[in-house]
Amino acid sequence: MADEAFEPKITAFVCNWCTYAGADLTGTSRLKYQSNIRIIRLPCTGRVDFMLIQKAFARGSDGVIVSGCHPNDCHYTSGNYHARRRWMVFNDLMEFMGLDMRRVTFSWVSAAEGAKWATLVNEVTDHLRELGPYTEYQRLLNAGVA
Amino acid sequence: MSRLGVFVCHCGENIGATVDVTEVAERCKHMPGVAHAEDYKYLCSNPGQNKIKQAIEEHQLDGVVVAACSPRMHEPTFRRAVTDAGLNAYMCEVANLREHCSWVHEKADSTTEKAIDLVRLQVEKVKRNKPLDTIQVPITRSALVIGGGIAGIQAALDIADSGHKVIMVERSPALGGHMAQLSETFPTLDCSQCILTPRMVDVSRHPNITLLTYSEVEHVEGFIGNFKVAIRKRARMVDEDLCTGCGECLQKCPTKNVADSFNEGLSMRRAIYVPFAQAVPNIPVIDTENCRKFQGKKCDRCAKACPTKAIKFDQKDQIINVEVGAIVVATGYQVMGTERFPEYGYGTYPDVITGLQFERYASASGPTQGVIKRPSDGKEPETVVFLACSGSRDAAKGVKYCSKICCMYTAKHAMLLKHKNHHAKAYVFYMDIRSAGKNYDEFVRRAIEEDGVKYIRGRVSRIYEEDGKLIVKGADTLLGGEPVEIKADMVVLASAALPNHGQGELAQKLHVGTDPYGFVAEAHPKLRPVETTSAGIFLAGACQSPRDIPETVGQASAAAAKVTALLSRSHLAREPLVAEVNRKPAPQFSDCTGCLLCETACPYQAIGHEEIKDRNGNVLKTVAKINPGLCQGCGTCVSLCRTKAIDLHGYSNEQIFAEIMSL
Ligand SMILES: Cc1cc2nc3c(=O)[nH]c(=O)nc-3n(C[C@H](O)[C@H](O)[C@H](O)COP(=O)(O)OP(=O)(O)OC[C@H]3O[C@@H](n4cnc5c(N)ncnc54)[C@H](O)[C@@H]3O)c2cc1C
Ligand code: FES
Repeated sequence: MADEAFEPKITAFVCNWCTYAGADLTGTSRLKYQSNIRIIRLPCTGRVDFMLIQKAFARGSDGVIVSGCHPNDCHYTSGNYHARRRWMVFNDLMEFMGLDMRRVTFSWVSAAEGAKWATLVNEVTDHLRELGPYTEYQRLLNAGVA
Repeated sequence: MSRLGVFVCHCGENIGATVDVTEVAERCKHMPGVAHAEDYKYLCSNPGQNKIKQAIEEHQLDGVVVAACSPRMHEPTFRRAVTDAGLNAYMCEVANLREHCSWVHEKADSTTEKAIDLVRLQVEKVKRNKPLDTIQVPITRSALVIGGGIAGIQAALDIADSGHKVIMVERSPALGGHMAQLSETFPTLDCSQCILTPRMVDVSRHPNITLLTYSEVEHVEGFIGNFKVAIRKRARMVDEDLCTGCGECLQKCPTKNVADSFNEGLSMRRAIYVPFAQAVPNIPVIDTENCRKFQGKKCDRCAKACPTKAIKFDQKDQIINVEVGAIVVATGYQVMGTERFPEYGYGTYPDVITGLQFERYASASGPTQGVIKRPSDGKEPETVVFLACSGSRDAAKGVKYCSKICCMYTAKHAMLLKHKNHHAKAYVFYMDIRSAGKNYDEFVRRAIEEDGVKYIRGRVSRIYEEDGKLIVKGADTLLGGEPVEIKADMVVLASAALPNHGQGELAQKLHVGTDPYGFVAEAHPKLRPVETTSAGIFLAGACQSPRDIPETVGQASAAAAKVTALLSRSHLAREPLVAEVNRKPAPQFSDCTGCLLCETACPYQAIGHEEIKDRNGNVLKTVAKINPGLCQGCGTCVSLCRTKAIDLHGYSNEQIFAEIMSL
């Protein structure tokens, strides 16, 4: 049950060239979104290692966003393809381990999509607020699964 | 224990309006490792930067977090400020309180709390930062120009004139590209060859230019400042050092029926040939597909005729390896052939020709010495219809874009026809007349008003042959779509300009992007129009999109200026945020197990491997090795590495974990 005062904690891993810049544009366009999110800047989504996502959950995040350039626009030409391929493998594995995959959002936000970033963050925040705190993860941790 | 300084900026009211900046600074003072924290109105201003410098000295800080606007804005500014105070530039990080916090959230305690989180995240990161030095990469001070059309010629001459060595690769046997085929050029109607030939000679004589014709780029590796290029110099079967260009051999060749591609198939040439009379270099080529000798027959008439014994039937292709610091792509375009137009007879009517074929007829050095004739019977046509936009601006059957040059050369063609044959009738079917350019619209008006060329706005739906005439059926949309029928002697298609054949493969070899049509893509359509998506590789001319000569030449000079600026330095400074494979003492040497997954995943071919050997030369272990000159720091290899043997400076596992744990 989602409790009234619950505010989800969200960690975002974004690439420097597209989504970080896109989120900058959200700012310069003065578009508002909910303040639950904390952005960690990485060079490219290719750098997103699934240990990072696990670490974020272990530290108490209720949700994680991974966002980078659109498929053909990666600054490093193919980093996001590697990320996507890895993501597909990871997705199955994590599901198998019992991780709640509704809490991980993979998205593309370009440097021109300031509005898309605001919408994405709001949608994810609302969704996580409905899902409630991710206490289940600590149980998985204690059981030595995650 | 670190001694960090935190500087929180109000950015006037930009941050201060929704974030309690004083509170942020106050709370930062209590973060572990923070020795000093303060807030200021404008940190990016001179007094603001001075405050940071003073604090570094006064409090002996070993790291700095500036909480202000986006690092994409002022990270370089603050990194410079800390270096002025004696710190390493990479011991400074920026927390984005403006774009990622104050501008996107309402004024609230939770907004201030977020700001504090964002600073804490950077504080934890900086604690784990290591001083890094910019990487200095030496530059090979020479350039490669691919393509010897007017774009390549101009770029090569400009670069060579500024004192740098140029290697020019042209795949056909001679320089000049399409410009060499043109008759007279708009908007001045000066003779194309007359203005081009001196430039071609300049290229061949320039002490700084090495000209390789009949050659193509085989392989490219490396990166800005340090490209290694393998060039295939195809066998001409003629020794370039011995040949004097006397032309004796050309007369003796018994094969006389090869379609002459320089004349767009309007005349025949021999199997040994020079593409055109003024060709540079003036050295023949044996076309082995048509030469009797290479078809297994007995013939050596050219060799017998050669006074210097320059004909070498056993010549082989040669691979020439060169090193250059910059590359200019100037590979031009091609035109859509008549066979691509079903409604105009699929190329089966000999008197439906392309604009390029018309140029050859109109050229004084062409197959008819400049007399406009028609291919079927060699008669001079009385009525000629010109179809602008043939295949252009036609997403369904041709290409979506405007080929840009056709409006102008169609006006030119109609004008040339009228100048050469005053009684001739010239009709132009067009969609719009696009003649923006200096003296361009005046030129088109001259065709209409002074030379009496009839312009009809509308499309032609069909052409068919009847009694030795071409019946052109169309509609005049300015007269409400009234049908028009013209009995013509010849039809000239201003057919679309397309990416040159082989452009895709070349782009792949160079790792440069192409646009959806296949033209070479620019790094930025407005601000970086002569750079490609690969650093150190530039572009010029019609390989980017269709364009005329003035634009091509301007762009070639711009690309040359970029190249010259690059080659004027001996070294290139690069950000040190690159990946590295860890090293450990024997017997482990490294966490790397040598699986080399990273080698295939790297988009820059920056990863190779090295063997660790003992004193006797026995291989103990193979480990991955990253070339810091090539690595661009994407981090793909880091997340791929199963044993965590690779780390990325500036975005190390330790740093990112600390950021996550700070939240
Ligand atoms: C019918 C017609 C009439 C025209 N009339 C005019 C006019 O009157 N005035 C005007 O300003 N413009 C005119 N133009 C436009 C003009 O032709 C172009 O602006 C100009 O030729 C562009 O020069 P370029 O060097 O970029 O390309 P190109 O002339 O196409 O030259 C490209 C060169 O690169 C070489 N090349 C290609 N690929 C490779 C490779 N992979 N490796 C090595 N070499 C390669 C080619 O062999 C060629 O020599 C006309 C065009 C047409 C079709
Ligand atoms: S740089 Fe944005 S995903 Fe690779």
